[in-house]
Amino acid sequence: MADQVPIEKGLFTWPSEDPRLIGSECQDCNAVVFPAQAGCPRCAGDNTQTKELGTRGTLWTWTVQGYPPKSPPFEGDIDNFEPFGVGYVEIYDEVKVETRLTTANPDELQIGMEMELSFIPLYKDSEGNDVITFAFTPCEV
Amino acid sequence: MSKPEVAIVGIGMHPFGRTPGVSGQDQGVYAVREALRDAGIEWKDVQFAFGGSQAAGHPDTMVSKLGLTGLQFINVANGCATGGSALFSAANTIASGAFDLGIAIGYDKHERGAFRIKTKEQGLGDWYGKQGLALTTQFFGMKINRYMEKHDISHNTLAKISAKAFRNAEHNENAWRRQPISEEQILESDMLSYPLTKFMFCSPAEGGVALILAKADQAHKYTDTPVYLNASVVRSRRWGSFEVMAPWIALEDSVGPSVDTSKAAFEMAGIGPDDIDVAQLQDTEVGAEIMHMAENGFCDHGEQERMIQQGETEINGRLPVNTDGGCLANGEPVGASGLRQVHENVLQLRGGAGKRQVPNDPKVAYTHVYGAPGISGVTILSR
Repeated sequence: MADQVPIEKGLFTWPSEDPRLIGSECQDCNAVVFPAQAGCPRCAGDNTQTKELGTRGTLWTWTVQGYPPKSPPFEGDIDNFEPFGVGYVEIYDEVKVETRLTTANPDELQIGMEMELSFIPLYKDSEGNDVITFAFTPCEV
Repeated sequence: MSKPEVAIVGIGMHPFGRTPGVSGQDQGVYAVREALRDAGIEWKDVQFAFGGSQAAGHPDTMVSKLGLTGLQFINVANGCATGGSALFSAANTIASGAFDLGIAIGYDKHERGAFRIKTKEQGLGDWYGKQGLALTTQFFGMKINRYMEKHDISHNTLAKISAKAFRNAEHNENAWRRQPISEEQILESDMLSYPLTKFMFCSPAEGGVALILAKADQAHKYTDTPVYLNASVVRSRRWGSFEVMAPWIALEDSVGPSVDTSKAAFEMAGIGPDDIDVAQLQDTEVGAEIMHMAENGFCDHGEQERMIQQGETEINGRLPVNTDGGCLANGEPVGASGLRQVHENVLQLRGGAGKRQVPNDPKVAYTHVYGAPGISGVTILSR
C-alpha cells in the first residue's frame, strides 16, 4: 500500500494518532496564527511558540471552487476536475483557518455550522505516495 | 477643500482588452505619447517618471523607445495598487518641490484565465497553491457570501452590477467588453466561485495608461482644464481584517485597508463622501463593488441593496459608480488598472466623457483600488 505523506512538513502533526494543525501563539499577547511563524503580527514582538490547534470550530464563510485552478501551482487532477468546497473555519478561541471542505454542495453548507478537522488524500507524488492535507467536514448532527 | 499642490494636465490610454502582437510595454509607450499630446509637451520636457507593470517587463526600459533624455525613472511594484502607488509617488515628488513636471505610467499584459499566483512571492508556502487555495476568485466568493448573509444582499443585485458595467462600457471605445448582457444571462452563466458566476468576474487583461502631472500653480501652462489631485493615499492591512491570499484570519474582526485609506483620503482633501459626484470603485467582481461602496463611506452596510435596485449608481443616478465599465468591462491589467480609474475621472471632470458623461456637472471625483495581500489606494480629484 502507498505511503501517506503530508503536503508540507510542519503544517500538521503527521503521522499521528490524533493529527492536529500546527499554529503559533505569541507568548506576550496570545495572538494565534496558522501556519506557525516567527514574529507576531498583532503586537509586532518576536516571542512566539508553536501550538497544536483545536479540531473543532464553526464555518465563518465558504465558497465552491467551480473550475480547475491553474497548474502550477495546483497539484490536483485537472483532467478529471471535481469542484471542491473552500472556507474559513473559526477554531474555538484560537484563529480562523482557511481550509478545503469535504463537501462542495451549497445545500450542505451554512455559515455558523459546526465543523471538525479531517484529513484527505489530494494527489500522488512522483514516488506514488498519497499526499495528505487537512480539510474540515460538517459535524454529525 | 484643501488647496491642491498637484494637477493632472495630460492623460493617455491604450485600449484595454486583448491586443495580439502588441507587447505590454508598447501599449505603455502608446499611452505615454497620447498623454504628451494631450498636455502639449514633448518627452524631453518630462523631468521624472514612475512606472508600474506586474507581468510585462520593467517600465524604465521604455526610455529606449521614448528617448534617452536622462530623466529620473523609478519602477513601482505594488500588486493591484501599482497604478495608485505610481501616482502617489509622482504626486509627492512634485509636492516635495523636487520637480515640476512628471509622469505616472502603468501597463500590463497577462495570460488568459484567472491570475496564476506565485505563492512564494506572496510570502506563502507551496502547500497553499498545491491544494488549490491560491485563487483570488475564492476570496471574492467567500467575502461576498458572508456579506450577503449578514446584510441581506440579493443575487439579483449581484447581476445588476455586471449588467451596469457592460451597459456603461458600450459607450467607451477603450473598453474590452462592450456588449450589454442581460441579468438572466449573468445569473445563468457558469458558477465559478459561489455565489459568483462567470459574467460577475473581471478578467486579467492588457492595456496602458499615462498621466502627466504638474505643479498646481503651473497647470494652466499646459491645459485649460486642469484636474487637481486633492488626495492620494495608499494603506495596507491591519490586524483582524479579511484579505485575499490569507491562510488565516485573526479571531477578532476589524475593518479592511479600504476603510482606512478612504478615511485618510477624505481627511487629506478636507471633504466627505457626500461631496463626491462620481466614483470609480475596485470591481474585480460584482461583490467588490457592492462592499466597496460601504467601505469607502458612500453608504451604510446593507444599504446597497436598495441603492442598486433603484439605480442610484447608474450614470444618471445620484452617485454614478464605474462609469467606464470598471474592471468588469475593461479587464484588469494590474499595472494600469488604478490609473484607468483616474483617466476616467479626468474625462468626467473635463466634461469629455461623451455618451457616458455623467449629467450632474461633476466637480469632485473619487477612485479606489484594492488588492493582494490587503492593500488599497484612493485618490480624490477636483476641477
